Amino acid sequence: MEPSTGVKKFDVEAIRKDFPILEEQVYGKPLTYLDNAATTQKPRAVIDTLTQFYSKENANIHRGIFCLSEQATKRYKSARHRVQEFIHARSDKEILFVRGTTEAINLVAHCYGRAFLRKGDEVLITGMEHHSNIVPWQMLAEQTGIRLKVAPINDEGELILEEFKKLLTQKVKFVSVTHVSNALGTINPVKELARLAHEKGAVVLVDGAQAVAHTAVDVQDIDCDFYAFSGHKLLGPTGIGVLYGKKELLEKMPPYQGGGDMIRTVTFEKTTYNDLPYKFEAGTPHIAGVIGLGAAIDYIRSVGLDRIEAYEQELLAYGTEKILQVPGLRLIGTARKKSAILSFVIGEAHAHDIGTILDRQGIAIRAGHHCAMPVMQRFNVPATTRASLAFYNTKEEIGRLVAALHEVTEVFR
Amino acid sequence: MNGDIRELYQEMIMDHNKNPRNFRAVKDANRNAEGYNPLCGDHFKVSLLMDGDVIKDIGFEGAGCAISKASASMMTAALKGKTRREAKALFEEVHKMLSRKIGEPCDVSKVGKLATLAGVCEFPARVKCASLAWHTMCEALDPTGKQVTTE
Repeated sequence: MEPSTGVKKFDVEAIRKDFPILEEQVYGKPLTYLDNAATTQKPRAVIDTLTQFYSKENANIHRGIFCLSEQATKRYKSARHRVQEFIHARSDKEILFVRGTTEAINLVAHCYGRAFLRKGDEVLITGMEHHSNIVPWQMLAEQTGIRLKVAPINDEGELILEEFKKLLTQKVKFVSVTHVSNALGTINPVKELARLAHEKGAVVLVDGAQAVAHTAVDVQDIDCDFYAFSGHKLLGPTGIGVLYGKKELLEKMPPYQGGGDMIRTVTFEKTTYNDLPYKFEAGTPHIAGVIGLGAAIDYIRSVGLDRIEAYEQELLAYGTEKILQVPGLRLIGTARKKSAILSFVIGEAHAHDIGTILDRQGIAIRAGHHCAMPVMQRFNVPATTRASLAFYNTKEEIGRLVAALHEVTEVFR
Repeated sequence: MNGDIRELYQEMIMDHNKNPRNFRAVKDANRNAEGYNPLCGDHFKVSLLMDGDVIKDIGFEGAGCAISKASASMMTAALKGKTRREAKALFEEVHKMLSRKIGEPCDVSKVGKLATLAGVCEFPARVKCASLAWHTMCEALDPTGKQVTTE
């Protein structure tokens, strides 16, 4: 792994060559991919790993007494170890493979929530959560009678800490917050929130979907009890994600799904469950996805998250300045601590019209409510247009975006 | 600017978007329906006052993109005074025009000013926007009780 130094020049052109899709054209224009909060592009290292696995190494794991199966098992285990290192978990038994962040949160709401939360207990979330960190708790509320409370955000899109503290009463047994808001870019002070929650005896989950590809995460330093993220927002394949959970919690939680791999012995009278992490991984897992995720983590570590973060912050500052020169444009989400997400509205122009105009210039952005309808309601907009940056984006691409937005204002003048 | 974009957002569409016609709930309406595309957020209510078989008045309320709003506005302007059968026939023509294959010629002689929307078919992701109000109008005329959506 290359040492990360802020001083060494960040060679974005060299990095772009690692991503084959960035050479593509759309409507005869170079692809300007600015929808990284939805999903990131994949480096050749990940694509090749998947091809190699399926063309030369494919076998099921934990079963076969043959060479390929043993190799696949070894690579699968090694990927889990690399995830552990990547987020600085204490043990690889604390790393569970799931389909994505959504399944990770649902697993916790289902297994921890149903077993340990009681009618009258409260779950506290924030006003900037993605639907995947709202709906599982609402479903749990219907099933168990727990109460869901929402800590409000201010006009900049920041969590109002005083309100959070006020809502954090003894009744709150679980706090579930996003690390970085997908709709606003706001970075939450998750370490502090975890500390406050633990003072009241609440268990803490952090939704890291928008964080892991943009900043170094240390789950022990944050001291959260659960941390969830998706592989595909981290340069890896879709359909694979991670739930980190503290061992003592995972051990006392009942299993998620029943089936193969999660058992030790089965008779028709009684089944005993396997140890961590297998207790939570019933059925043949997404083996190629896990191995691909391992390759994605190797790649991102070779670039260095410190350097990625510094470069993306530079892009964000540049993009913010340029985009605000577009007449009538209003940024939604202006937190002091922000990830490289530019969410905005322009006068009367609807986000989908903006999206169509940008698309014809080869610019891929997200237009809509970003699966965060309550955030749209908070800012009283039906939808926003969102450009979300990654470390392979350039100032030139931001220039293209801004030029196309000027075109939008011409159409909608 | 890209020619397709100019074609899509031509003056008449932008005018209807900015100054939508019949943008109100019809007083004493005897037919109502609501159309909603949850993924993109376009949301309209269409109300009609039928006098026997004739659309005496028609209006719409709600919010959406320029294409959906302009289409709704032009629809209300086109349907006022029409019979139920004429309205249905026009719906069929508009539907044909919007959902034809890219590059396929279309006969716009029967749709009048609505021909302005002919360019939408070049943008497959936006056909649902242009057709939402029309499906909502059909539901108002012949209620099925189903939630109207074109997504």
